Amino acid sequence: MPYAVETRDLTRIFAGKKKRRIRRKRASSEGEDHLGPVTALDQVSIQIRDGELFGMLGPNGAGKTTLIKILATLLLPTSGQAFVAGHDVAKDPFPIRQRINMVSGGETSGYGLLTARENVWMFSQFYGVPSKVSKGRIDELMHTFGLWDKRDAKVRMLSTGQRQKMNMIRGFVTDPDILFLDEPTLGLDVNAARVIREYITNWVRSQEGKTVLLTTHYMAEADQMCDRIAIIDNGKILACDTPSNLKRMIRTETTFRLEVDTIRDTTSFTMMQGVKNFSHKNDIGTNRSHLTFILEDEGPVAEILSTITSQGSKVHSLQKSEPTLEDVFISMVGRGFD
Amino acid sequence: MGRSYPRIVGANREPSWIFFEALLPLLGIAAYVFVYQAFGSRAIDAIMTSTASAPWGICGDHACLNAAEQAAERARALANTNALIASVVLGGTMVAFWLNVLWSMASQLYWEKEIGNLQLYMMAPMNRMALLGGMAVGGMVMTSMRAVSTLVAGILVFGVIFQVVDPLMLLAVFFTALIALYGLGMMFASLYLLWGREAWNLSALMEEPIFFSSGFYFPVGGLFRVPGWGPIIAIIGSFVPATFGLDALRQLTLSSTAFGGQLWIFDVKTELYILVFMAVLFLILARYSLRYLETLAKREGKLTSRHQ
Repeated sequence: MPYAVETRDLTRIFAGKKKRRIRRKRASSEGEDHLGPVTALDQVSIQIRDGELFGMLGPNGAGKTTLIKILATLLLPTSGQAFVAGHDVAKDPFPIRQRINMVSGGETSGYGLLTARENVWMFSQFYGVPSKVSKGRIDELMHTFGLWDKRDAKVRMLSTGQRQKMNMIRGFVTDPDILFLDEPTLGLDVNAARVIREYITNWVRSQEGKTVLLTTHYMAEADQMCDRIAIIDNGKILACDTPSNLKRMIRTETTFRLEVDTIRDTTSFTMMQGVKNFSHKNDIGTNRSHLTFILEDEGPVAEILSTITSQGSKVHSLQKSEPTLEDVFISMVGRGFD
Repeated sequence: MGRSYPRIVGANREPSWIFFEALLPLLGIAAYVFVYQAFGSRAIDAIMTSTASAPWGICGDHACLNAAEQAAERARALANTNALIASVVLGGTMVAFWLNVLWSMASQLYWEKEIGNLQLYMMAPMNRMALLGGMAVGGMVMTSMRAVSTLVAGILVFGVIFQVVDPLMLLAVFFTALIALYGLGMMFASLYLLWGREAWNLSALMEEPIFFSSGFYFPVGGLFRVPGWGPIIAIIGSFVPATFGLDALRQLTLSSTAFGGQLWIFDVKTELYILVFMAVLFLILARYSLRYLETLAKREGKLTSRHQ
C-alpha cells in the first residue's frame, strides 16, 4: 500500500553546543550542562496513508517539529529513513518539495511592507504556480479564512491571528498533496482556530489524495480532527491508533478529576496503591489545583480525598469521566503536558 | 521574480528613501567636491598669479614660459578639476550599489532567517541560485533608482559634464560590474549566515576602507603613483569589482585622456574582461557556498531556523 509518509527507525540526534569558553565550562560544572547531544527522535517508525489526516500529539520538546522538519526536507536524519510521496528525504528532496507545504503556528514569515495578498502570491511563485491561478486561489482562500477585508493591508498591520490565517493561506495556495501543519492553531482565538480546523478537515475529506500531518499539543484538536494519532514523548512513539482505539486502551481504568484548593505536596499520590498515574495543574488565577487520577478501580478515591483534606485543602469538585487523549497520555507517560 | 518583488515594490512604499538614500549621499559627495574645487582654485590661482620670478604664473613644477602655456595650463587644471568632480559624482553613485551589496545582499539570508522566511525558501522547489538571483535583481533595480537620483542630483547641483563616446561599452561595463558586484554579495550572503552577527563587523570593515582602496572618490590609478603602500592598497581594493568597474566607467564618461591618461589602471577592454572573469568566479563561488550552507543547515539543523 502506498504511503504518503513513511519513516523507518528514524533517529535524529542534535550534537549540542561545543564547550568553547571558560564561562560555559563553569556553568557546566554548576550543573547547568545543556551542552551534550540531544536525541530529538529515537527510532520513530510511522506510516501515514494517502488521504489521511494524521495527528502527532506530544508535549513541547517531544520531537514533533523535528519530525516535520525532516519530512519537509529541512533537516537530515542521523539514522533511519524517511519517505515522503515515495521519495527519500535525504537522497531525493526536490520531488518532495514540489508536493508538500508546511505551516507553523506562531510563524512570522513574510514582509511587513507587502500586503497580505502580495505575500502569499510571492510564496506561490516559488512553487511555480501561474500568477493568474495563484491570484484566484488567494482570493478564494481569503474569503474562506475571513481575511478578505485585510487583503490589501500591509502585513505589519495585521494581528497575530490574521497573520496566522495568512500563513495558512500560504500553505494551501500551492495546492500541495501533503501538508505539514506544526501547531497551526497556536495562540489563536477560539473562532479563528475553529475556522482553521474546519477548513483543514474539509480539505482532506473533500479531495482525493490530500494528506495532512498535524502536530499539536491540544488534545481536543487532535481528537476532533485526526483519523489516527501518534503519541510522542522524548522522541519516541508511545502509541499510534485512532482516537477511539487509543481511549479504549485505558477504558479498563478509571479516570477521576478533582478541583481542589492549591496543594503543594503531591508526592504521596504517586505512591498510593491503586493509582496507576497522576497529573496535576495549578491555576494561579483561581488558586486551585486540577488533579487527574488514572486508577485501577475506585478503591483509592477515599484515601485520595483524605490526603487532600489532611493538607488543609478543600475539594470543590470530583468527577468520574470518560478517558480523553490526555488521560491516554498520562496513562502512558505518567505526567500531563504541562 | 517572486523574490525581487518585495525589494522593488515594497521598498519603494517608504518614500523616506528619497531623503535618506538619494539626498543624504549627496552630502558625502559634496564634501569631496568642495575639497577638489578648493584644490583646483589654488592651482589656478598659482597659474594666474604673476610674480617677479614667474611673470606668467606657475605651470606645475616650473614657471610658465609664456601666456600660451599659462592658458593651456589653466585649461588643463579646469579640466582636471571637472574630471575629479565627475569622478566623485560617479563614485558616489556607485556607493549606493556597494552599500546595497554589503548591508542588503550580503546580510539578506541572515535577515531572512531572523524574520522566519529562510526555511520556507529552503523548502520551496526552486533553484537556490534563483533565490539569491531574485534578491540580487531586486536589489539592483531598487538601488539603480536611488543611484540615478543621486547621479542626476549630482549633475544638476555640481554642474558636472560627462562625455559618453561609446554607450554600448558603457552599458556592458556597468552591467558586468553590477553582476560581479552582486555575485560577490551572493557569495557573502551564505558566509554571513554562517558567521551570524559577527559578519556585521565585516560589513562595517568593508565600508570606508573599500571606499578608499577601490577609489570611490578619486581615480584609483592615483594610488599606484603613491610610493610604498599605494600600490598594495590598490591591489587589495582590486578584488572588489567596483574598482575596475569605476575605473572603466570613468574612462568611458570622462575620456581616457582625462588626467593626462595617467590615472587609469588598465584600458577599458582589459577591465571589462577582468570584470567578466570576476562575475563568473563570484557566481560560481556563490553557488558552492550556498550549497555548502544548505548541507550544513540540514546536517546541524540550526542555520536556517529562527533563534538558532
